[in-house]
Amino acid sequence: MSEIPAKLAEVVTDIESISDRFERQEILIETADRFDGVRVPESVAAKPYPEERRVPACESDAFVWAVDQPDGTLKFYFDVLNPQGLSAMAMSVILGETLDGAPLEQVAKVPTDIVFKLFGKEISMGKGAGLMGIISMVQNEAKKRL
Amino acid sequence: MTLPIAERGYVHPGVLVSTDWTAEHLNDPSVRIVESNEDPLLYPSRHIPGAVQVDWTHDLNDPVRRDYLKKAGFEALMSRIGVTPETMVVFYGDKNNWWATYAYWVFQLFGHSNAKIMDGGRAKWEKEGRPMDRIVPEYPATIYHAPDRDDHKIRAFRDQVLKHVEAGRPLVDVRSPAEYTGEKLHMPEYPQEGALRGGHIPGAKNVPWARAVNPEDGTFKTAEELRQIYEHEQGLDPNGDIIAYCRIGERSSHTWFVLTNLLGFSNVRNYDGSWTEWGNLVDVPIEK
Repeated sequence: MSEIPAKLAEVVTDIESISDRFERQEILIETADRFDGVRVPESVAAKPYPEERRVPACESDAFVWAVDQPDGTLKFYFDVLNPQGLSAMAMSVILGETLDGAPLEQVAKVPTDIVFKLFGKEISMGKGAGLMGIISMVQNEAKKRL
Repeated sequence: MTLPIAERGYVHPGVLVSTDWTAEHLNDPSVRIVESNEDPLLYPSRHIPGAVQVDWTHDLNDPVRRDYLKKAGFEALMSRIGVTPETMVVFYGDKNNWWATYAYWVFQLFGHSNAKIMDGGRAKWEKEGRPMDRIVPEYPATIYHAPDRDDHKIRAFRDQVLKHVEAGRPLVDVRSPAEYTGEKLHMPEYPQEGALRGGHIPGAKNVPWARAVNPEDGTFKTAEELRQIYEHEQGLDPNGDIIAYCRIGERSSHTWFVLTNLLGFSNVRNYDGSWTEWGNLVDVPIEK
């Protein structure tokens, strides 16, 4: 976990340690409820969003933006157009709440397999690919600036 | 304005129920409402009052082999959700009933024909402002005697698909055009979707599954509109021997449902091995 930004590592460890599937789902639903906190403001992007912001493979129509900060780090914003895309919202909130201010070198290396630590190994292939796609977009924004 | 189900010209309109009908049967003991979703967080977040969840991964799949549950597992599932062979099971779910039709299809492998799909799925119910809650209901366990799973009529396996291709019979690839052409597997930074090769099974027509629904409310298109797509545009014969596939068989179960139940096609099978099997097989034909 040393390569993962500290705040993200803490969240992943906390959620991964919940062995009860239903309890874990409750935590993830509560996390998704905070989506407005990471939703892209109109000052950053307005609909219709450009396709290059769209997360590949995500069935919930997720989009990712990164805004450069004066200290050289990034602030991430998201949108999920499918109102039923709760998992995509939860993934976005986890990344949005933990990656602000993190070193770009670490953000570029956030492992996509944290999806399975957060959501469990039993999620469907398509769902897993979509959630990993959100992480890949975030990684790429950091890589572009390194 | 979406036409009422009975006026859409389906061959078997009785396989669909409306949200109105469902709302009137929330407390009907002869009906069990079942939610089946792509997103595992949706049901626990809230659901139709009294609905139970059938989760594709946990409830319908064998935990070890890549296969569906067998007779004993199906009987245990039906017992747990309080269903008898006489119970009418009404499925609904997210993504235009994508996974609801998958669950419906698996139930048909065990002959539970008293099953329906709620037209428009979860999105339509929510949009109409109908009640939802977070209470996970418990129903008295039932004793359910299921027949052995019957794969031969509506399920296709890889060797059968290979013979089907060699015989030049029709297939429907219901994935996106980018998956069909194989372009997706070559996109940089794109998560790999479990296949070593991209493309499609030779001869397959590409009809993305969601073309069968009205995008504004998730209801199924009329029979005339569906015939225009599948019969006139793609030239599929309602009496033909047809195999549908996608990535793992979930989206193609939606198309299977449309062709079999709404248009009355007589011989449609779902190849659930789909591209995650075909795209990894050694020395099978692939078209790009």
